Amino acid sequence: MIKRIFFSVLFCVLSFTHFAQECNSILKGIVIDYHDGTPIYDATIYIKNLQKYATTNFEGKFKIEGLCIGEIHLTISHISCETKDVKIKLEKDTFSEFFLEHHIESLKEVSIVAAANIKSKTIQSTVLNEETIAAFSNQNLGEALKEIAGISSINTGNAIVKPVINGMHSSRIIVMANGVRLQDQEWGIEHAPNLDINTSEKITVIKGANSLEFGGDAIGGVIVTEPSNIRLKDSLYGKSIVSSQSNGRGYSFHSSLSKSTKKGWYVNAKTTLKKMGDFESPTYVLSNTGIQSTAYALQTGIKKFESGFNAYYTFINTEIGILRASHLGNIEDLVNAINAPAPLIATDFSYDIDSPKQAVTHQLVKVDYYKRFKKLGKLKVQYDFQNNHRFEYDIRVGNDRNKASLDLDLSSHALSSSFEIDAKTDQKYKVGFMAAYQNNFANPNTGIKRLIPDYDKYDVGFFTIGNFIFNDQTTIDIGLRYDFNAINAKKFYSKSRWDERDYDVDFNDLIIEDFNTQWLVNPKFHFHNFSASAGISYQLNDENSVLFNYGLSNRAPNPSELFSDGLHHSAARIELGDLRLEQETSNRVSANYRFKSENTAMLVEVFFNHIRDFMYIEPTGTEQTIRGAFPVWSHKKTNANLFGADFSFKQHLGSQYIFKNTSSFIRGKDVKKNRDLIDIPSAKTVNSIGYYLERWYDFSAVLASEFVFRQNLFPDNNFETYIPTSDTTVFVDVSSTPNRYDLLNFNADATFKLSEKTNLSVGLTVTNILNTNYRENLNRLRFFADDLGRNYTLQLKLKY
Amino acid sequence: MNTLKNKTLKTIKNLAFVFFVASVFTACSDDDPGVVNQEELITTLTATLTRSGGGTDIVLKSVDLDGDGPDAPVISVSANLIANTTYTGELKVENETESPAENITLEVLEEDEEHQFFFTPTNNIATTTYNDMDGDGNPIGVQFSLATTTAATGSLTITLRHEPMKTASGVSDGDITNAGGETDVQAVFPITVE
Repeated sequence: MIKRIFFSVLFCVLSFTHFAQECNSILKGIVIDYHDGTPIYDATIYIKNLQKYATTNFEGKFKIEGLCIGEIHLTISHISCETKDVKIKLEKDTFSEFFLEHHIESLKEVSIVAAANIKSKTIQSTVLNEETIAAFSNQNLGEALKEIAGISSINTGNAIVKPVINGMHSSRIIVMANGVRLQDQEWGIEHAPNLDINTSEKITVIKGANSLEFGGDAIGGVIVTEPSNIRLKDSLYGKSIVSSQSNGRGYSFHSSLSKSTKKGWYVNAKTTLKKMGDFESPTYVLSNTGIQSTAYALQTGIKKFESGFNAYYTFINTEIGILRASHLGNIEDLVNAINAPAPLIATDFSYDIDSPKQAVTHQLVKVDYYKRFKKLGKLKVQYDFQNNHRFEYDIRVGNDRNKASLDLDLSSHALSSSFEIDAKTDQKYKVGFMAAYQNNFANPNTGIKRLIPDYDKYDVGFFTIGNFIFNDQTTIDIGLRYDFNAINAKKFYSKSRWDERDYDVDFNDLIIEDFNTQWLVNPKFHFHNFSASAGISYQLNDENSVLFNYGLSNRAPNPSELFSDGLHHSAARIELGDLRLEQETSNRVSANYRFKSENTAMLVEVFFNHIRDFMYIEPTGTEQTIRGAFPVWSHKKTNANLFGADFSFKQHLGSQYIFKNTSSFIRGKDVKKNRDLIDIPSAKTVNSIGYYLERWYDFSAVLASEFVFRQNLFPDNNFETYIPTSDTTVFVDVSSTPNRYDLLNFNADATFKLSEKTNLSVGLTVTNILNTNYRENLNRLRFFADDLGRNYTLQLKLKY
Repeated sequence: MNTLKNKTLKTIKNLAFVFFVASVFTACSDDDPGVVNQEELITTLTATLTRSGGGTDIVLKSVDLDGDGPDAPVISVSANLIANTTYTGELKVENETESPAENITLEVLEEDEEHQFFFTPTNNIATTTYNDMDGDGNPIGVQFSLATTTAATGSLTITLRHEPMKTASGVSDGDITNAGGETDVQAVFPITVE
């Protein structure tokens, strides 16, 4: 095989444990590939003390003569292999088998659960590297991912940023945090991923549901975050990043330290602290938009080729202020807020975070173990536990002033195992299973009706993936997955709501107790989900390649879609779930064309996604309460078609300039009602020109223009309402989208070598240079305030 | 190799079994969730109008027992108002889902600087004036008077705002236009002055 052409690196330790008398013994042996049992050619066997060495022949065999009886230490090496020290007791002529592993690539990534599948060439995936991630050290996952064409975000203000992949978000996206599927109430549109971006050194975004290893319900895609690889040598290293920014007058500090040994033991610790005050639009302070966050991560384990384990713990606590002016009492307040040119409440800058706010703590524990079996493959077993405790504070009065309005405690356990059969280099198989249990507890002491009920949720899944390399040009992937989900909830419904939803017709058998004005109900649902994926990649020539893939996936309704029932002050709306919702089914086809030459790189990605029983939330009318009227937003289903294209382009202009463009375009259509879908990202194009001068401290300067088009395709959910205090009927525009906007951003950085192992990078970033007033369509607070004004960020990054 | 694979599968099966047993034990807490005692829920707004010369009080009432549920509030006005008459008014906000009903007016008065009632008539059916003040000398509106002139039909909207800007233009005179804040209660009463 081609891969067998390697150079040799050698060093050796030899010691005699007891005195030897005769020195004419012979050691014969064979060096074999651990994976597939084939002999390894040109491996070196070295006995330093005797200055004796041998290399293996084409059959992997070697022979060393003139050895003394006793214990000898051999060093067997092969470039790109883990060097192996072996002790042998030589009593007479001996023949031994030695196993070496030649795939250093997979060895490097043994700490990463998911790495194997991402290498698949037939999926639409993009990687953010360490440098890009570090640039977003003081921000969040959602902001960083927007660097990728086709990724946008749905925001509540500027601190709650949820990634959107080709128009899909929340429950349609899986976020993998170091091999663990994040369970952090991700169904909520105002629930940002509970993940410190600084714990990752590589983030891969997979568009579409073609990575069945992670789950079958990722209709939008998967975001895989991975920590740094461990260096397999005795070393102590780390980095610190300090960022300070003008808008929000905030700072962020991150530090990480790793210790590893040649034998494979490692430990690393990371921490990130952030504090920001009120952010500012170009013309006013966005009162109560501060953030405060503390995060820790600790990881340890032993990483050897044949087996190893990892233990991982992370803690993140985030407190986020919600724009004060977005907390509303009724439809009249909503109309006033929408029509006001500036937020009705704007106070002086402050670091204080008052109600309305969120305070969320997420903890994650993971242990995993892997073992390789000779000539077969790798077994992996993992257990993880997560706890997500979310408090949301509304404006309240009296004794309840400082009491949370929502207090959800979500605990999730998952056990997973996979076996990867990689003995043959041209075909790999992976089979796996996953079992998970989740419990949600909604604390009744809030004194506010539960928005989400208590529930137990069970999931079991099985998958199998096959990867086939036909020839140097063609790769095929096929995957199948089955998931069973069951949810058992106990929920109070006010009798009036129960009847209004007509649940008394269909679901009266779920009632378990009568509480005067309320029913206690025990909904139990279960879902069978089948998913499949298939993809092919073809390398046309050195410069051009294409891929095509197809993904089938099912997603069961989440607790919010089923059970939501109550008033959301942050948007002045009553949100209603629907017990009748069933799982949605997505059929997605996509294709990539990639061109890569010395100076030019281009990637065109297109997709079409048909989703049957697509679940979404939309205004459906108003209801009168004693506070006045409220718009009602209901979870509904329809059939949807989404299609779009993402484009990335990079051109070297001479040796020092690079021009880049990333653009994306997407359309979403409700095919039942033949109208546009709500919350579809606007078309966007980003052009940048960068100047790079490597010889002068690795200097770079990039000027970028971010142009976001107006979304002209949206469903008209506007309505009229009577405002009693002015005795008028007004038009409430909750649909029209904000104008297009163009932002200019600048970044410069340079790296200074302080010592052999220490680098200091200094970076300056200016965003929204022209201090443009703008509002983003997918920011839920766009009705109330402009987005952020100009911001200067200074970042110092020290690597040691 | 086959035995190895079987062994692996067996291990997986065993682990799965252990896991399920464990989850079943942790999951089977069959306690039903406790009913939420809804605090600071306002179900009822009552305005009692007393005629200075005596006579039966007129009661304006808005009752919404299902809170943010689908049922609209029930509005009632006990009698028509008399023209060219001044009434002394008193407001009461309550949570009637509790027994006895919780008087939330007391909380409003405790935090009177953060609350203000507004009276918005249509068709010039009446004028209102505040009869009470918070610590800063701004009106609250729990105590008020209402004067009618000629006979007319229209409506009277009573609004309770939390954290209004009491010092904004016109707000202390009862004009809600610049008040801001959040609406805690709003009820529209049909009024006939005869």
